[in-house]
Amino acid sequence: MFYSPVRTNAAEVAQSNRLHLFRYVEDPEQVKVEKFEEHGGYVAWKKVLAEMEPSQVIEEVKNSGLRGRGGAGFPTGLKWSFVPKDSPKPRYLCCNADESEPGTCKDRVLMERDPHAIIEGMAIASYAIGCHQMFIYIRGEFAHCADCMEKAMKEAYEHGHLGKNIHGSGFDLDMIVHTGGGAYICGEETSLLNSIEGERGMSRIRPPFPAIEGLYSCPTIVNNVESLASVPHIINHGAGWYKSLGTEKSCGSKIFSLSGHVKQPGNYEVELGFSLKKLIYDKDYGGGILGDKKLKGVIPGGSSTPFLTPDMIDIKLDYESLVEGGSMLGSGAVIVFHEDTCIVWVIKRLIRFYRHESCGKCTPCREGTAWLEELINRIEAGRGKPGDVEKVEEICGNILGHTVCPLGDAAVMPILSTLKLWRDEWQYHIDHGKCMVKTDFEFK
Amino acid sequence: MILTEESVRKIKEKLQQYPQPKSVILPALTVAYRQVGYVDADIYREISHIINIPTVEVAEAATFYTMFAKKPRGKYLIQVCHNISCALLGADSLIGYIEEKLGIKIGETTEDNLFTLVTVECLGSCATAPMMQINQDYYEKLTKEKVDQILEDLRSKA
Ligand SMILES: Cc1cc2nc3c(=O)[nH]c(=O)nc-3n(C[C@H](O)[C@H](O)[C@H](O)COP(=O)(O)O)c2cc1C
Ligand code: SF4
Ligand code: FES
Repeated sequence: MFYSPVRTNAAEVAQSNRLHLFRYVEDPEQVKVEKFEEHGGYVAWKKVLAEMEPSQVIEEVKNSGLRGRGGAGFPTGLKWSFVPKDSPKPRYLCCNADESEPGTCKDRVLMERDPHAIIEGMAIASYAIGCHQMFIYIRGEFAHCADCMEKAMKEAYEHGHLGKNIHGSGFDLDMIVHTGGGAYICGEETSLLNSIEGERGMSRIRPPFPAIEGLYSCPTIVNNVESLASVPHIINHGAGWYKSLGTEKSCGSKIFSLSGHVKQPGNYEVELGFSLKKLIYDKDYGGGILGDKKLKGVIPGGSSTPFLTPDMIDIKLDYESLVEGGSMLGSGAVIVFHEDTCIVWVIKRLIRFYRHESCGKCTPCREGTAWLEELINRIEAGRGKPGDVEKVEEICGNILGHTVCPLGDAAVMPILSTLKLWRDEWQYHIDHGKCMVKTDFEFK
Repeated sequence: MILTEESVRKIKEKLQQYPQPKSVILPALTVAYRQVGYVDADIYREISHIINIPTVEVAEAATFYTMFAKKPRGKYLIQVCHNISCALLGADSLIGYIEEKLGIKIGETTEDNLFTLVTVECLGSCATAPMMQINQDYYEKLTKEKVDQILEDLRSKA
């Protein structure tokens, strides 16, 4: 059957004329090119080649309102339009399949179960920006995803969807499946480019932006897997249709990875603007809190986004609403924890991760995350001193906004949010030398 | 030569695909790592000869990427995720369970050289937590019963 037993809402998606990304992800045959074609695959690609100018494709994607699903939410069509039209240099497209933000496990489902959808989206994007060599950068640990993508790529060549003079259009396009070496920072687009170039995965200072000077100093577009997989649907159904999904400013649908203390963790495709509360509690999605315990908090967009408390979850899952609610949509990874979870215990795990993943290029991030880890470990172990909470706050403040890439901010924004929302618990840890709530999750 | 003919062929194939040879460093390290189970100075040298890039540049990249083990380990490398979603579902207790079962601590290898246990950060399997990766393979939604079965199967295969 499937490589991963992860739960999806494919059945609901199949019934809907609005949701689309997950329509065939419970069909084990979908990975094969014949089945994908039977389900309407590569029709958009052929249409683009036969009937559309690159500028028309960019315009269509712009009008659809599609925004990046990798974390930052930047308008996809607008990004494509930054590629200089008159540059004599080759252009490159890199599909970002690094998927390493803790809590996120959505791109994987597409790679394992609908790989041609990604290839089709990548091909259309390549055509739009005038690229003849596209890459998919897959995190090294996802060996099985790389195998799926390699297999699908071979089939796509065999069926004439890639290669020379594709479908008689005169357009040539090649693809490379590139795997990484286990570094979260390589998901950051400029590190990703360094990594493909065979360098250490360190972030680059911007400007220049990749669209002007990216891979091998040539104009390059980096897009997330899910962003690209959405593109064929926009071409097939039209920008107007896509724009009618979701909310006014957050158009379309999005996959949310739901994990932690819920009864039914999984990947769920819903329209943007969907209720966070419903995602956690509805019987068709999360199904409520594990053991019917009380909810304590939610991280709504992956481990880099500020936390929410139960009184804040009556909120719409879209870019604007979450910012208004004090957090961010991020990668759409919703992590839920119940009343038996100590907040310092949670943060200890997150800061360990960010310290481990800091690329070391800038001092505030390299040194700051190391200090934070030490200090937070001390507090967690019950050896905190008066003033330590303020010290954590101060170090966070010295990192925030002072780094080359957003990893520094990503490390401290969640911490700062917990200092605001659960300060009493931090202080309790210092005053009493132990957790306010006993945290010990058993594995059975 | 440590790298087999098959590995060398794979690396040369990559050289044909990429616009620039330096880009083949990571793919070459991946091929070597899959074959040998770790990478070291001898392997950097061999890769450097095949792709015609100075050894120091291969080494520089290799040391940055933590996935490539730098010294030999047990036949099966057990990598348990201890990041947040897995921790919420008992990753710490899972690690303790494996430690006890194998009689080793994190970072150690069993005496028969079969299993090495390490912890890793999020592996993108958060909605099927807790999980572990053994060599290339993912094992998700783990229970004690499943772990017993998996380790037993590997032991009998070895
Ligand atoms: C530390 C860090 C890690 C990131 N990891 C990923 C990732 O794993 N996947 C991804 O698509 N984007 C990731 N991003 C965002 C990328 O830099 C980039 O914005 C994105 O790939 C652009 O694609 P999109 O516009 O389609 O979202 C990361 C950013 C940072 C700062
Ligand atoms: S913020 Fe951290 S990860 Fe980003 S460039 Fe600076 S040191 Fe590297
Ligand atoms: S937190 Fe363990 S796989 Fe993501």
